[in-house]
Amino acid sequence: MCLGIPGKVIEITGEGVTMTGKVDFDGIVKEVSLAYVPEISIGDYTIVHVGFAITQLDEKAALETLAHLQEIEAVAIELDPGAALAAEEAIAKGDE
Amino acid sequence: MKYLEEFRDPDLARRLLDDIARITTKHHVLMEVCGGQTHSIIRNGIDRLLPDEIEMVHGPGCPVCVTPLETIDKALEIASRDGVVFCSFGDMLRVPGSGRDLFSVKSTGGDVRIVYSPLDAVQIARDNPDREVVFFGIGFETTAPANAMALYQARQEGLTNFSMLVSHVLVPPAIRAILDSPTNRVEAFLAAGHVCSVMGYEEYYPIAEQYGTPIVVTGFEPLDLLQGIKMAVLQLEEGRAEVENAYQRAVTRGGNVPAQQMLADVFTTVDRNWRGIGAIPRSGWALGAGYEAFDAAERFTVTDIDTVESPLCHAGEVLRGTLKPDECPAFGKECTPRTPLGATMVSAEGACAAYYLYGRFKELEATP
Amino acid sequence: MTIEDWTCPMPLRDHPRIVMGHGGGGQLSAELIEHLFVPAFGNGELTELADAAVLDLEGSISFSTDTFTVHPRFFPGGDIGELAINGTVNDVAMRGAVPRYLSVGLVLEEGLPMAELGVIVNSMARAAAHAGVTVVTGDTKVVDRGHGDGIYINTTGIGIMRDGADIRPQRATPGDVIIVSGTMGDHGMAIMSVREGLEFEASIRSDSAALNHMIGDVLDTGGDVHVLRDPTRGGLAASLNEIATAADVGVLIEERSIPVDRTVAAACEMLGMDPMYVANEGKVVAFVAAGDADRVLGAMRSHPEGVNATIIGEVTDTHRGVVAARTPLGSIRVVDMQVGEQLPRIC
Repeated sequence: MCLGIPGKVIEITGEGVTMTGKVDFDGIVKEVSLAYVPEISIGDYTIVHVGFAITQLDEKAALETLAHLQEIEAVAIELDPGAALAAEEAIAKGDE
Repeated sequence: MKYLEEFRDPDLARRLLDDIARITTKHHVLMEVCGGQTHSIIRNGIDRLLPDEIEMVHGPGCPVCVTPLETIDKALEIASRDGVVFCSFGDMLRVPGSGRDLFSVKSTGGDVRIVYSPLDAVQIARDNPDREVVFFGIGFETTAPANAMALYQARQEGLTNFSMLVSHVLVPPAIRAILDSPTNRVEAFLAAGHVCSVMGYEEYYPIAEQYGTPIVVTGFEPLDLLQGIKMAVLQLEEGRAEVENAYQRAVTRGGNVPAQQMLADVFTTVDRNWRGIGAIPRSGWALGAGYEAFDAAERFTVTDIDTVESPLCHAGEVLRGTLKPDECPAFGKECTPRTPLGATMVSAEGACAAYYLYGRFKELEATP
Repeated sequence: MTIEDWTCPMPLRDHPRIVMGHGGGGQLSAELIEHLFVPAFGNGELTELADAAVLDLEGSISFSTDTFTVHPRFFPGGDIGELAINGTVNDVAMRGAVPRYLSVGLVLEEGLPMAELGVIVNSMARAAAHAGVTVVTGDTKVVDRGHGDGIYINTTGIGIMRDGADIRPQRATPGDVIIVSGTMGDHGMAIMSVREGLEFEASIRSDSAALNHMIGDVLDTGGDVHVLRDPTRGGLAASLNEIATAADVGVLIEERSIPVDRTVAAACEMLGMDPMYVANEGKVVAFVAAGDADRVLGAMRSHPEGVNATIIGEVTDTHRGVVAARTPLGSIRVVDMQVGEQLPRIC
């Protein structure tokens, strides 16, 4: 159920139940209802389902989740000497 | 797309898969409740990449699949009437009623239109004051605020030619029904991320506690799903049964309060029949006080509906997780996406269609 | 192109919209031919206004027909007119022929604005000139208002087979390399972006284009091309499935290799659709002997229609009749044909 796509608010008009705005999904701009995210500002990300912003996307949490996943990678590399070697090589290349 | 692509990173996914394999010591049965998650799992082949000990069961979280046959038949009947513009999400057009679908209604002259948002249907009503515009208001908690807003606006404006055939269903009662089933095998749930964006996850604490079942709020991209699966497996391995949130960027514990207020204003909780599963107490929303006039089922008296479900269809067992789609005797024989016997074979994320589309050829696993 | 630009517009100006008489074979029909079709498609055969064209042909011909009903008639990046020319030109070229002659059949709905017809016909003329084909015969019928969707166009094309060309789905062979000439799904999503009820703002344009010149250059390389297919309705997935079934071979593609424009990808995400199932109108899928892949790619990339050409997969002797894709995560899944039209979904 419930296809929800993240997009960036680029325009806001109206207020209350008629608060609407334009949301940019990587080049696709769609008019959506912002009635359920009254606190949202231009530049914020939201998740849109059937033409409604259902929540403001917490960008800080998104980055934290990704950072956390990167840490798993670090741990896994420690467990795998081959991968650690490859990672070192990659870093060395990057330095050149 | 930002906040989508990052969560599809194949290298990080492989690390998560390694991690899951490392922590898994015994057989676990997990259910992803949401059809969108099923779609993503199958489309990305995640089920094939998980350790053999982890069995993913595809849940009932697809409104297309669980909307009762009687409601579909009502929709078909209303859509066939002269003067009616019947608006629906694209998903519902191919769902079989008793012998036909909305496409066949359209082919015989019904004015059936696909809309992206329920507000589009309200606009069609404004633009066509001489036509009765009916919207097929289906969906889970995620879709309900949109449908509620359409009704709210229609009432505010005094639109008399707009009505809705409402058949909303709710996730927590369905999870309880699955856990209450004597044949239940599910040990942990991935809760549907976007449902929780709207409703929060407060409701899941008593369920996790009462049944001793881990529930992890989970998103839809490969990394989200793998993270949700990992957290659920970790709980099972450690003997915990907690509510956790693996989809923090989109879900807060309290959910979307303005949306919840609108839902409380427009809808009322009712018992609901789930197609293939049966009645689940207090598992649906219907139009509440003040919105009776917008009830399409009342406005169009629909009688003489004789619902006939195929006797060969085992969709109910599939939706409860007691039968895998390819274990159904009709799977891939009498029942295919071309000739669906049940709704689970129709919708792209219906468990049977997903199995048929992406998983039918097991010999492919041998492909290097 | 406006009504003012027509060569001799006076008699047609009296009728700003198509009326039944324009298909009646009388004076109005004759005026349409004389003042619109002949100036647009002007050539020896057509100006003779005989019942049929007479063509001097030698050797084998490739012969194909297609009917165009696209709605809306005008869409970002094209219109029904150029689509009708390019579509049939491409079909003829897909067999390894040089497209030469076209017929055009128009079914017009009473009330169609004359100016729109003018734009569409001139767009057809431009597309035909660009493709190097000649419209040698045609027909116009008018249907009552409400019995058509403005305009339907049928085009039939004839091409002369190149020496030794044997290009057909059955020739797909294990070991073949599969090439697409560019991004997938542009046309279908351009139409979707202006479809009533789903409209969105985007820079997506239809890829409608005649591919015969590019295909000519591909075949001129001497590379061993086994199959050419234009992945129109049903998209790449339908074409690959048809070929896998026809040749009884397996197809394995790398999902990450399939070129998709960023905006098209975003539109697909928003509507819950898969670009592999979305229509193209200016792309070709080629099955080529592995050793010749580079030559073919080079020829494609030298044309504007093929700058994004790339290898997406290979033909296998396992899983015959089935198209499989390796997902970005590394697992294998089946890519089946859609049952019907792909619809926007909410879940």
